[in-house]
Amino acid sequence: MADTALTAPPRSPLSHYADRLAAATRTSQGAVRLAELPFLAQVNVRLDAKGGAADAVGLALGLQLPLEPNTAIRAGESTALWLGPDEWLVVGPPGSERDLETRIRAAVGEEPVSVTDVSAQRTTLLVSGPGARDLLAHGCALDLHPRAFGTGRCAQTTLGRTQVVLVARDEPGAGFWVLVRSSFAGYLTDWLLDAATEYV
Amino acid sequence: MLLISCPWCGPRDEAEFHYGGQAHVAYPQDPSALTDEEWAKYLFFRDNPKGPFAERWSHSAGCRRWFNAVRDTSTNEILAVYRAGEERPATAEPKPARPAFEDKAPSEPIGGLGAEPSAGVQGAGPLVSGRGGVGENQPFRLPTGGRVDRETPLTFTFDGTEYQGFRGDTLASALLANGVIQASTSIKLGRPRGIFSAGVEEPNAVIQIEEPFPEPMLPATTVELHDGLVATSLPGQGRLATQPDPARYDAVHTHCDLLIVGAGPAGLAAAAAAASSAARVILADDRPELGGSLLGTGELLDWADELGTRLESAPEVRVLRRTTVFGYYDDNHLLAVERRTNHLGAQAPENVSRERVHRIRARRVVLATGAHERSLAFADNDRPGIMLAASARTHLHRHGVLPGRHAVVFTTNDSAYAAALDLAAAGVQIAAIVDTRPAPGEWADRARAAGIEVLPGYAVTGTEGEARLTAVSVAPYGETVAQREFAADLLLVSGGWNPVAHLFSQAGGKLRHDEALGTFVPDVVRQAVEVAGSANGTFDLAAVLAQGAAAGARAIEAEGYSPDAPALPAVPVQPRTTPPMQVFTVPGRDGAPRFVDLQRDVTIDDLARATGAGMRSVEHTKRYTTAGTANDQGKTSGVLAGGVVADLLGVDISALGTTTFRPPYTPVSFAALAGRDRGVLSDPIRTTALHGWHVEHGALFENVGQWKRPWYYPQDGEDMDTAVLRECAATRESVGFMDASTLGKIDVQGPDAGVFLDLLYTNMMSTLKVGMIRYGVMCRPDGMVFDDGTVIRLAPDRFLVTTTTGNAATVLDWMEEWLQTEWPELKVHCTSVTEQWATVALVGPKSRDVLGSLAPQLAISNDDFPFMAWRETTVAGIDARVCRISFSGELAYEINVSPWEALALWEALYEAGAPYGITPYGTETMHVLRAEKGYPIIGQDTDGTITPHDLGMSWAVSKKKPDFIGKRSFARADAVRPDRKHLVGLLPEDPGTFLPEGTQLVAESELPAPPVPMLGHVTSSYRSAALGRTFALALIKGGRERIGERLYAVVRDRLVPVTVAGPVLYDPEGARRDG
Repeated sequence: MADTALTAPPRSPLSHYADRLAAATRTSQGAVRLAELPFLAQVNVRLDAKGGAADAVGLALGLQLPLEPNTAIRAGESTALWLGPDEWLVVGPPGSERDLETRIRAAVGEEPVSVTDVSAQRTTLLVSGPGARDLLAHGCALDLHPRAFGTGRCAQTTLGRTQVVLVARDEPGAGFWVLVRSSFAGYLTDWLLDAATEYV
Repeated sequence: MLLISCPWCGPRDEAEFHYGGQAHVAYPQDPSALTDEEWAKYLFFRDNPKGPFAERWSHSAGCRRWFNAVRDTSTNEILAVYRAGEERPATAEPKPARPAFEDKAPSEPIGGLGAEPSAGVQGAGPLVSGRGGVGENQPFRLPTGGRVDRETPLTFTFDGTEYQGFRGDTLASALLANGVIQASTSIKLGRPRGIFSAGVEEPNAVIQIEEPFPEPMLPATTVELHDGLVATSLPGQGRLATQPDPARYDAVHTHCDLLIVGAGPAGLAAAAAAASSAARVILADDRPELGGSLLGTGELLDWADELGTRLESAPEVRVLRRTTVFGYYDDNHLLAVERRTNHLGAQAPENVSRERVHRIRARRVVLATGAHERSLAFADNDRPGIMLAASARTHLHRHGVLPGRHAVVFTTNDSAYAAALDLAAAGVQIAAIVDTRPAPGEWADRARAAGIEVLPGYAVTGTEGEARLTAVSVAPYGETVAQREFAADLLLVSGGWNPVAHLFSQAGGKLRHDEALGTFVPDVVRQAVEVAGSANGTFDLAAVLAQGAAAGARAIEAEGYSPDAPALPAVPVQPRTTPPMQVFTVPGRDGAPRFVDLQRDVTIDDLARATGAGMRSVEHTKRYTTAGTANDQGKTSGVLAGGVVADLLGVDISALGTTTFRPPYTPVSFAALAGRDRGVLSDPIRTTALHGWHVEHGALFENVGQWKRPWYYPQDGEDMDTAVLRECAATRESVGFMDASTLGKIDVQGPDAGVFLDLLYTNMMSTLKVGMIRYGVMCRPDGMVFDDGTVIRLAPDRFLVTTTTGNAATVLDWMEEWLQTEWPELKVHCTSVTEQWATVALVGPKSRDVLGSLAPQLAISNDDFPFMAWRETTVAGIDARVCRISFSGELAYEINVSPWEALALWEALYEAGAPYGITPYGTETMHVLRAEKGYPIIGQDTDGTITPHDLGMSWAVSKKKPDFIGKRSFARADAVRPDRKHLVGLLPEDPGTFLPEGTQLVAESELPAPPVPMLGHVTSSYRSAALGRTFALALIKGGRERIGERLYAVVRDRLVPVTVAGPVLYDPEGARRDG
């Protein structure tokens, strides 16, 4: 029994949507690209931005915690998203959550800090392609025009009828990350696929 | 929707925020030192001023920060925002209302003197012997002219007869081309009614579309003709489709620097001024073509076409055709509906939404919405063939259609002369222009020069004709007996012009009565909007263009862009204008009805009954008579009705004002408003990582909040009762398991975590040892229970709090609210981890055996792993946190793992439990098991009026803690009343009788005369496998003192005897907890 469990691969919230996302991407002929980016490491960090802890974490991770609201900073494979004046989400490659948590805790020393592994709390949808902004605008009240929400911007807001963290990725044409609570991921994917009907 | 500026995130939609009541009401330092009255004042009393009010808001769908805002409660304007803990700033003054058009200079007519007559209709040849030139089947169609495409004939059906029209027609113009003018019968009187206008203001020709898909109550004047259209006339009221609508509908959020509503001359000029800057501009118009009123007058169309092409190619300009802006809300939020595929008929692509709602947030708005011509209340003014004068001109210029052949024109102003001249030039014989004004001036001279008789100081006194107008009689204005009669099939009417001020008014703009124009025009407004052109009461074309360009330029300049000075087209000089005469009521033939609202069949007599009954306000006469309440919302009749009421009351119309303009400007279908929020997408569905397994195993689901939770798993055609009894029995007798992943989970970290939880919970949490678990109750400051759950101590500075499934977000918000607004000094943070963990409850006497077989490293005996302890281990090779918690009274474990591995765990448990007959169970069985033990469900057995003491949970209320939220309220007189409702058990005397939840309880076996003293009600009711009978939980006044008493439950008309019992009906000594 234990053996079967050990060999079972982990299942992401949208694993059963992979085919439909791929089909929508294919038939849109490049207009939109939809995919789940499963198992990204996500660590929620709460600390007082006025103290030295933010800089210490930045040094330890080689990734500065953004102080400007609603911005994201990327370094290598990791990205730090501003979620609040004392709250960040550090996103890294799958499997790196323990390492991230350990390094952050070590960096801050005695400063009061909360570090919480939330890798499974949300999954990540990639929405890219020339039609990505139009697609998201069907359900997102934020102004997504490049002048208002260009690369390096992120925001907690609503898409469709669920809350998301929206990230405009920093490479041109790389589109958006949509981080959504795992329990809402199926609903949001149904919504996105329906909204994409006109583009596919 | 308000735009609220979060101090951190900037302006966001109001929907992202959560209101938190009055700001600066601090939690008292020492509640226990307060008198009951002082404490009640803190709990229940808040200011409610008119004007600036400091209140708390949370950016709940964004950064989750609480902040303060000063809002003017009378205007909803937010005057200041500031962070929690900051002083209230000196409040900015509310924005002053600004004029509807900033610069008054260009609104004066600048038409010249000594005008040359215009050339009439370009290319419109006179009709020969009453026959049109494009075939027998469209006898009223001109051979040339108009914007229709004569190369593309379209076949359509109206009232069972097949006709032909052209691409570019509306249904109304195509009917007119075929000589059909009657398009309905009136709703109350059944009188024949004809096409009255050429646009959205149409009161009469409101028809039913039958194919391609049924849709009721559309003005034929706005329905674009397409091949295969089938429509029928209506007796005033339509029919909804009975089959589901297969079309798609959607919405899109749109942002711009400048929204221009209306692509007539003013709107086009505004767009021209803004187009080549980098400003983001949207130009929206409800017709398929740009041009607005120019389409109806035939003027400047080359300019409109060229400009349209230029706008289409400007990168930051969007032209939205077929788009009606129908609502104007706070902070320049406007809603528009775009009709995207209706005009394509059966060719509409399936993957394109039929209608789209644009939710537009505009920095600036220019309203160039034009004006509607209004009618006059004269005798028999409702016969088919009576039409607004400018609308007849529109049918000529836009569609190449003559609405009739022999016309009389009845006017109070200059505008009908241009219509008469153009129609005459196109071959309509104009018998006379009847003008109420004694000296109509230069336009009358021009008409006479064209050979048209003008009757100054005259009015229409009556009409003849049934299916169509045949004759018009006239007399000097004020007389009722006809002096002359004209044979006519067309009577063109102009009672003046009403600026389309609907959106302006919805924006909060005030109207004023303009004496010179004889109508209501936009005055002042607080939002960032200007009104240009005839919507602002400016009717001279050159002035309209100049106004539009100025408004467009000002708007984008205010947003930091450099406007163009657009090359505006030259406007031919027109005759000097003569002021209009304000006329509403026209005396006429005795006994003839004089209609005010054609769509509602409201006459002057009806309004006279309203004023006779004492009505003095147009809002009252509207409701008394229904004038203006039909789906045209009184576009042609509203001001007329006001004028008639003014005449009846003998006051000036300026004293009465208008009725309120409310959205939508034109009817919008529910389907369009719903967009894709219908069917499965109407509300988010939350699922756990195990959802697929539950579906595969036949679970039925219960909605708990937005979660889908397995309710029960019926086998082989079991009904619910049987399935639940089976699941309960299996769990009590052997082992069952349940997906408990939906419970809310909050990670509470920081050196002050224990202090913080001690303040939140009624019981002591700081004394909990690492590795142990405690049940806790949370109250509101009023002492009423609002959530409960377990608290796990993970580390000295770290707890994991669980909440009820439906309350997870509320509890987290609650924690943040206290931390951010009252106790910012506490070093603690709360993070939701609800979906970070999947939770499986393994329950029953055999649960230890099942767990043990999968967790060989775990010391599992009762001594090693006691009740209310937790352990980290691996279960089935999966990292797990196992908690010994029971919500059933049985030996039980909650196994928490990563949701990525939850299915593997679940399947391993299913397999390992198979020898014991492990049974998956759902929420219903969970409810029965907990109710047998008297465990309340917060929100089911409580309703916000119940204290922990009422629940019999005094043991969970600390007496040691100096304070916690709710503590002071337990000492209020109300909280210690002996007749408070207590949670108790209830046993029907007949063990088979089931009491519906909500059943009321009374003391006597026969109902006394009302009012009947009610003792309480049933909160939970089940059939119990373990007890072999039905039972219930109930809230009963003084319930604990009534244990053993017989009461009566009122079930429909029966009084069912029941016995009050203690709440714990199963295993009251707790023997089963440790297995």
